[in-house]
Amino acid sequence: MDDLDLRLIKLTQDGIELVPEPFKKIARELNISEEEVINRINTLIEHGIVRRFGASIGHRALGILFNAMCVWNVPDHRVEEVGAIMAGFDEVSHCYERLRSPDWEYNLYAMVHARTREECERIAHEISLATGISDYTILFSEKEFKKTGVRI
Amino acid sequence: MIEALDPIDRQLVNTIQLDFPLNPYPFRILGDRIGISEEEVIDRLKKLTDIGVVRKIGPILSTTAIGGSSTLIAMQVPEYEVDRVAARINEFGEVSHNYLRPGKYNLWFTVSARKKERLHEIISEISELGYPFLNLPVNRLFKIGVKFEV
Repeated sequence: MDDLDLRLIKLTQDGIELVPEPFKKIARELNISEEEVINRINTLIEHGIVRRFGASIGHRALGILFNAMCVWNVPDHRVEEVGAIMAGFDEVSHCYERLRSPDWEYNLYAMVHARTREECERIAHEISLATGISDYTILFSEKEFKKTGVRI
Repeated sequence: MIEALDPIDRQLVNTIQLDFPLNPYPFRILGDRIGISEEEVIDRLKKLTDIGVVRKIGPILSTTAIGGSSTLIAMQVPEYEVDRVAARINEFGEVSHNYLRPGKYNLWFTVSARKKERLHEIISEISELGYPFLNLPVNRLFKIGVKFEV
């Protein structure tokens, strides 16, 4: 990633303009062609620096009001297998293994999004049945203090 | 709200999450795919942005790929101080998500920094706030939000 890529990301990370030729102004500002802007974005995607180029969705506006962080205590030797099963659930948007802490035995995290609290609970229960992991807890978000994407 | 979305809106929202055309005329191409005009695509996207369904159309960055590192922090903050502490934490531009959740550790936030050193610096500043916290970096990644079907 060179300096131009960095400037390109900074110019687009808060969203492109909703105009017929959204890349034109960006190209002008970077003093390169529109074609190069697009080629550079494609290269950034190929290199995994940009995960995808597209829309970020506001879950709340869609009525997806509940965001539950389900945390699971999974035996270390089963993490790979259980993580793959959890990731297969459509309602799970993110799934990670995180390190345990002396004061926190949970090691697998699945973010579940749904329209109601009960739906989140039902999905967590289904995950539990599918994986055989019964030591878990659901932490609903009670308040959103901040939500932005990764920015540079 | 979702009730305000007609089938064309839904199709648009589903398409632009993963299949946004990287082309000089992306909205014209979207219109061709869906069977509406470029102008209508833009009008609909403006409306969807106004009601908060579309937050933005742009690059979704990978923290690790930009050479950075990130972590999840769970902090134990007395209830009466939580708003103030959350606001203080949000001052870090590197904090991307911050939620109040039930339990002993009640403030949960993610920190994504461009450099490892910066992440350490933020964590040390956070520890100076004086509240117990857990530092929970990712060990293995199984899924990262890709698309939400509407």
